[in-house]
Amino acid sequence: MKISCDKATAICDKSQYGEVTAWERLKLSLHLVLCKKCGLYSKQNIVLSKCLKKHKEFKKKIKCCLSEDEKMAMEVTLKDKKP
Amino acid sequence: MNQEKTHTLNPDKWVGQHADYLFNYATSRINDHDLAKDLVQDTFFAALKAMNNFQGKASERTWLIAILKRKIIDYYRKINSAKGKAEVKMNFYSDGEREGEWIEERVPTNWNNETDKNLENEELNIVLEKCINNLPEKYALVFRMKTIQDFETDEICKELEITASNLWVIIHRARTQLRKCMEDNWFKN
Repeated sequence: MKISCDKATAICDKSQYGEVTAWERLKLSLHLVLCKKCGLYSKQNIVLSKCLKKHKEFKKKIKCCLSEDEKMAMEVTLKDKKP
Repeated sequence: MNQEKTHTLNPDKWVGQHADYLFNYATSRINDHDLAKDLVQDTFFAALKAMNNFQGKASERTWLIAILKRKIIDYYRKINSAKGKAEVKMNFYSDGEREGEWIEERVPTNWNNETDKNLENEELNIVLEKCINNLPEKYALVFRMKTIQDFETDEICKELEITASNLWVIIHRARTQLRKCMEDNWFKN
């Protein structure tokens, strides 16, 4: 029933994605009652998730593509390789 | 009588029709422009060699993506087994008698900078990007797919041929390190 900080924070990470089982959540809650260090980790994990969510949106706006030059170079190399 | 349409291959048109799509597919997993480009190139090369095996059941693009997928798995396997050049493994938890407990020097410390206004700061993205790039490549790949690209757990597991257990261990290691990096470079200033 009692879990280590390593295990607790692992469950905490998993919960950021909404994929923990009820059993895991219980073990984590019990651990957090007594462990201030993991309590802080847990709090910060939520902040981190918020940042990552913003980052995800930020990345979506930036589209990276192959340039026309790069594509042309690829055409050329491909032609050379044709059997 | 319905005849199933048999697809054909048109290598002359591959770059024009599929390069961007393949590139996009690659960069959503591998955050490296040049590396992704190489993988796309390699995919075309491999496709040329394999043309005789094409049975026409799948579309040209589907077939090419399947080749690219294998290249990505191969890449992942390579970085996963590579003895990291001085891979500094940061330990956060104790190994010995007090197994699983926080190592004192690595315990989370209080942050100053947590307000929501902070989230609007574009600088945050630059620091976050840097911290993610600082992760060991094998963690970064899985982490990005799960967290930034929003792939489902079983999608990633199927693609990279890892178990869900493996995935969560990697996510745990990645996030532990990421938290520390952000603490040092953003939240404590």
